[in-house]
Amino acid sequence: MTGLALKMLFGDTAKYLMLVAGLFLATFLIVQQASVFSGLMLWTTSTLKNVNAPIYVVEERVEQVNEVNPLRDTDVARVRSVSAVRWAMPLYSGIQRVRIDDGSLKTVQLLGIDSASLVGAPARMIAGNVEDLRLPNTVVIDELASTRLAKNPKHPIKIGDRFEINDIEARVVGICLASRSFTGGPYIWTTYERALQYTPASRKMLSAVLAAPVEGMTPNAAAKEIMRATGLRAYVNRGFGRNPDDFNTSTVWWYVRNTGIPISFGTTVIIGFIVGTAISCQTFYAFVLDNLKHLGALKAMGMSNLRLSFMLLLQSATVGSIGFGIGLLFTSFFARWAITNQQPPFYLSWQVPVVAFVVIQGICMVSALLGIIRLSLYEPAMVFRA
Amino acid sequence: MSETPSNIVVDVRAVEKHFGEGNNRIHVLKKVNLQAYAGEIMMLVGPSGCGKTTLLSAIAGTLRVEAGEVNVFGKPLHSMPSGALTRFRASNIGFIFQQFNLIPTLSIAENVSVPLMIQGSSSRKALDKARAALESVGLGPRWREHPNKLSGGQQQRVAIARALVHEPPLVICDEPTAALDAQNGEIVLELFRNVARTPNRAVIIVTHDNRIFSYADRIARMDDGEIVDVSAQKSPPHFLHEHAH
Repeated sequence: MTGLALKMLFGDTAKYLMLVAGLFLATFLIVQQASVFSGLMLWTTSTLKNVNAPIYVVEERVEQVNEVNPLRDTDVARVRSVSAVRWAMPLYSGIQRVRIDDGSLKTVQLLGIDSASLVGAPARMIAGNVEDLRLPNTVVIDELASTRLAKNPKHPIKIGDRFEINDIEARVVGICLASRSFTGGPYIWTTYERALQYTPASRKMLSAVLAAPVEGMTPNAAAKEIMRATGLRAYVNRGFGRNPDDFNTSTVWWYVRNTGIPISFGTTVIIGFIVGTAISCQTFYAFVLDNLKHLGALKAMGMSNLRLSFMLLLQSATVGSIGFGIGLLFTSFFARWAITNQQPPFYLSWQVPVVAFVVIQGICMVSALLGIIRLSLYEPAMVFRA
Repeated sequence: MSETPSNIVVDVRAVEKHFGEGNNRIHVLKKVNLQAYAGEIMMLVGPSGCGKTTLLSAIAGTLRVEAGEVNVFGKPLHSMPSGALTRFRASNIGFIFQQFNLIPTLSIAENVSVPLMIQGSSSRKALDKARAALESVGLGPRWREHPNKLSGGQQQRVAIARALVHEPPLVICDEPTAALDAQNGEIVLELFRNVARTPNRAVIIVTHDNRIFSYADRIARMDDGEIVDVSAQKSPPHFLHEHAH
């Protein structure tokens, strides 16, 4: 009966295509929007990936990594003095303006790291040497900066090229791979002292203290010890999860709570769900009504309600799987385009398609259920009434 | 054919059925009694709304009666649980509908194979048998075609093949010639005659079509929910062509 059920479905081309189109649209909207949202949330934590340190110590009211409440320079020494800390280094992080060859200004995320240890330096260099940061007026830029800060993007910035940060010369000694920042601007690394020169002066300039726990102590335990000893806020840097003491988690939740981003994306996802449900339920119900006479004849001929229900469930699950597959395929085309263009943000975690598949199959099951209810109310004797 | 208690296929006794509620309640079957025997074609005839199709539905086990007994091959359909009744229909009754009710998206062989698949046959075996059944109604070479490619008479022949493919002992037909012209009607009735002559098989036909009355072994006339007359047919079967009227 499986083959017959599927032939009945595929034979009604108009309704079959309508069902697939509705479920494709729902899948695409749900997966694509959820992935762009995930990518955007991932961008909010880019600094934590680009400046990799086990513990971030910040001002006590700071809740997310892109928020800077400056510390005193002496706070580095206070953190170092905590017995749980193996090392502690200063970090400057701020948005600055770069003047490029054609005279226009571009916004960049400037990072100043400790010149001796180079803690927080980029991990994946594609050209040059990060240790050259110790030379005068030098910076390391990310791949995005090499095109974004070039006069002509077709001729990207090379090692040895120069530009100005707040009218002070900067010479490129390295190009690295880095995560894109939430603001969409490129990352530039220099030493902490030089970052302070590039930045207009203010009373407090230290953005954060990067630290590591002593051997045998977990970052969480060390962070608690730092908070107890200094009164500053210490976050661990592990990656998004459930731990509120993780800076990634805290940052993402801050954006979820304090911006309209989740509502905006959530609305589109809900619209996708509603459109998918409406089209699928309406079309599948119409399919059942159109075939009611034939299904009634099968019932009269001795096919059980259970078997007829199985046929309808199979038909709806099949269109669900096909619609989901096409939706995922188009999402992958979108992902390829987004990754090639480096925007919009896109991150497809395995949970998103799994949840989308469950949602789509749920929509299909509801559609099938409507048909099953209608069919169960259909008396087989009705088939004799022409 | 002999009318003895031993070869009774259908035994309907004092069957009652109403439709509707309150003032709209209609008494459709009024203590109806009817017997059909193996080896005969019985026709149920009468004006529209007299209860023919309701009685046929009760005999086919697709409609529950409110009072009385419906025994088919000695099985009490009136008291049979739903699941058992569904299984009984699948293995004992062949259905032929007025509008054929062939599934348009399936080939005619697939349509014919449906009763076998309902009984649990594999699709390969069912299709082989379906092709043989189509051969018997003269449509063997066209087994791959879809119903909408066939004429009304050919579609009804497919429906007959579907009704007989699982060799049911009772064949139920609802207005089988209503949608057919005289020539196709005659072909279909000849097929019914051959079917009814198979040992231990009976054919019950509900019809308005007086052109086919001569094919009946017995005719039960209904009026206002009652059987008013059951008569044996004496003249040899022939189809009354429309131009003869």
